[in-house]
Amino acid sequence: MTARSLPLFATIAIFLLAYLVCYLQFPAMLSTRVIGNLLTDNAYLGITAVGMTIVILSGGIDLSVGSVIAFAGVFIAVMLRDTGLHPLVVFTLLLAITTAFGAAMGGLIHVLAMPPFIVTLAGMFLARGAGYMISVDSVPIDHPFYDVLKDAYYLMPGKGRLTLIGVVMLLSVGAGMVIAHRTRFGTNVFALGGGVQTARLMGVDVGRTTILIYAFSGFMAGLSGVVFSIYTASGYPLAMVGTELNAIAAVVIGGTILTGGAGYVFGTLVGVLTMGLIQTYIVFDGSLSSWWTKIVIGALLLLFILLQKGLLRLNARRQAARSMA
Amino acid sequence: MLLTIRSLTKTFPGTRALDAVDFDLRAGEVHALLGENGAGKSTLIKCLTGAYQRDEGELHLDGAPISPASTQEAQALGIGTVYQEVNLLPNLSVAENLTFGRQPTRFGMIDQRAMRHQAEELLSGYGLGVDVRRDLGSYSVAVQQLVAIARAVALSGKVLILDEPTASLDARETAMLFDVMRGLRDRGLGIVFISHFLDQVYEVADRATVLRNGQRIVTEETARLDRLRLIEHMLGHELEEQTTEGARHAAQPAAPDERALHFDGFGRRGKIEPFDLSIGRGEVVGLAGLLGAGRTETAEVLFGVHPAQSGTARAPEGPLDLGNPRAAIAAGFGFAPEDRKTDGIVADLSVRENIALALQARRGWARPLPRAEQNRLAEHYIQRLDIRTSDAEKAVGDLSGGNQQKVVLARWLAMNPRFFILDEPTRGIDVGAHAEILRLIEEVTEDGMSILVISSELEELVAVADRVIVVRDRRHVAELTGTEIATDRIVRAIAAPDAKAGEAA
Repeated sequence: MTARSLPLFATIAIFLLAYLVCYLQFPAMLSTRVIGNLLTDNAYLGITAVGMTIVILSGGIDLSVGSVIAFAGVFIAVMLRDTGLHPLVVFTLLLAITTAFGAAMGGLIHVLAMPPFIVTLAGMFLARGAGYMISVDSVPIDHPFYDVLKDAYYLMPGKGRLTLIGVVMLLSVGAGMVIAHRTRFGTNVFALGGGVQTARLMGVDVGRTTILIYAFSGFMAGLSGVVFSIYTASGYPLAMVGTELNAIAAVVIGGTILTGGAGYVFGTLVGVLTMGLIQTYIVFDGSLSSWWTKIVIGALLLLFILLQKGLLRLNARRQAARSMA
Repeated sequence: MLLTIRSLTKTFPGTRALDAVDFDLRAGEVHALLGENGAGKSTLIKCLTGAYQRDEGELHLDGAPISPASTQEAQALGIGTVYQEVNLLPNLSVAENLTFGRQPTRFGMIDQRAMRHQAEELLSGYGLGVDVRRDLGSYSVAVQQLVAIARAVALSGKVLILDEPTASLDARETAMLFDVMRGLRDRGLGIVFISHFLDQVYEVADRATVLRNGQRIVTEETARLDRLRLIEHMLGHELEEQTTEGARHAAQPAAPDERALHFDGFGRRGKIEPFDLSIGRGEVVGLAGLLGAGRTETAEVLFGVHPAQSGTARAPEGPLDLGNPRAAIAAGFGFAPEDRKTDGIVADLSVRENIALALQARRGWARPLPRAEQNRLAEHYIQRLDIRTSDAEKAVGDLSGGNQQKVVLARWLAMNPRFFILDEPTRGIDVGAHAEILRLIEEVTEDGMSILVISSELEELVAVADRVIVVRDRRHVAELTGTEIATDRIVRAIAAPDAKAGEAA
């Protein structure tokens, strides 16, 4: 086990431990129903968190995703209400828009040499505002194709439903893992996270990579919007406020270092499921306020930040010890 | 001839960094490039690697003219560079670093096994027991450097430029690196080796070229180049020519002074070996030596930038704590560092603000220095040091180098330190300002301030110092007093393999 993968194993261990605690208290937690719901309920978060992982691995941040998801919901709902377009056509259109939106932010970040924080903050307001321009109210979706999508599931043994949107999330994670860990683009992302100047010296096309990174995040946010619209069967411009922060939390709990350069996409899935598990536990308990979710997530985040810092220190010390020897 | 450079010239505003420099590199040789700071080494390298565009001159590689416009292009042509700071990514695996940009892919995905194979093959000639799957950052700097060399050789394969590769290596690691260099030389690579350590130059280099002030002084087989002559070439002094006029050393014998500062056994591993130093009130001690020999390191240890790991400091009133620059300032120390652009001035602040900076820092933020007082200070020092500025509100960054330096000096003088360390106070400033700064040193010592001045300009040390301490290989090796203070004695002390040349009588 290398120092790099230690946070990943820590994440997995914490998840399994938490699940064990839940199971001991509520044996019903270990059913395919709960697991199926865990995947379905957190599908939108998982998908956008995959995009966020790539962004954070590169040393950046994308604050716009929550607004983009909300925009996506409203856009889909209104398009389906006001035009005769088939949902699949609307989805394609939407993904093209959000991907281009992400690419534009990436372009600005690179060309203006602006911090991603500021550029995506502007993007966050823009996307939220665009959602309001389309509709101020919640718009229900009652397209027959949506009923098909909503009812598409695989019945697991034990009556648990593996829904389409849960599967989409798992596929997204799989795709994210391949892109981050198995392609030259992914290596370039890690290179940027390791140091932009060095990456440039080693031949990375920094501009192109930056644009692709934020375009990918935009695409994932769009896909997350599609999934969320299926999940809620409506579009509402005020939805998903703060989702970007949940996604960042999931990425960090998943063991990715917030300053970039080290982490695993799979860890993000575990991070999302850990956050979902806490929520589920509170539902099972029934007496706890749902705010406890936030408190536990806050504590977990703190734990992981400390863990990462500790590991960095340990590494530095080991390095020093070696150079002395 | 593998690489020929003919009358390469590069000018920057105000300076001629390279002046019609010729340089030849044979296939299968290690060619050392030597010179003090500002001699033009790095400019030459940057012209070769495409970081700078030359103004005049020709580059030929394998007989064909080249003009690389970027590092990538230079790499593709066959010129690879490895810097002292390893320019690889510590967060990627060794294999990823070695194959970066050329990873073998299958169906658009990186073929991990093929990548490992390729990486292992690249490293096979280097005798490193390295697991290419591990993070580069988990290995020592020496290994990282060898990996960087392996990558540069694989990418370029004709000319390898090593820019101070041994600066952060220990003896064993250096030996390992030299073995690799010899192996590559025998494979027919031309290696340009930049180092401040002359022993290493003699150990590994076949030929050496010395640059000084942007000009090529000499190119010679190292076997036929006497160490003393080499240092003379680097510092620009012929033994015959002696500069003793204007010296002030006869005036004061180094009588023990109870008001002196004493440093006993001061040292820090990897920086400077423990040394003893006493400086009397109003005394000017010069520190001479080649770049990287321990001059700046001595200053930094004294000022607590890199606090001493051993030894004690004592002032008349008792022991001093010099654990960090704040403590050193509190003890009445001042330090004008060598690189004023990055360490000395705040370029965007005005002359007035820069001068008031240190004084304000000592008062603390709760007691702002009254504006009138700031103005008075600024006016006083602008006059006293003859700082050429339209007014006190001009941004320091807009002043010339000499005037910037005067602002740095003014800031410290405003603190009225008892011990002031000047690291290359006259580097890169014009002759007039040069003389004024020397005059200023005389002036403040009359008021009792003690000064340690570091300089590559031996005449400057001879003119201004009461005593000269010579450093070599991170050690204080000699102390010259009285009539011993002359450029030829200093050069001999710097060159002497053992420290007899200038030991105090």
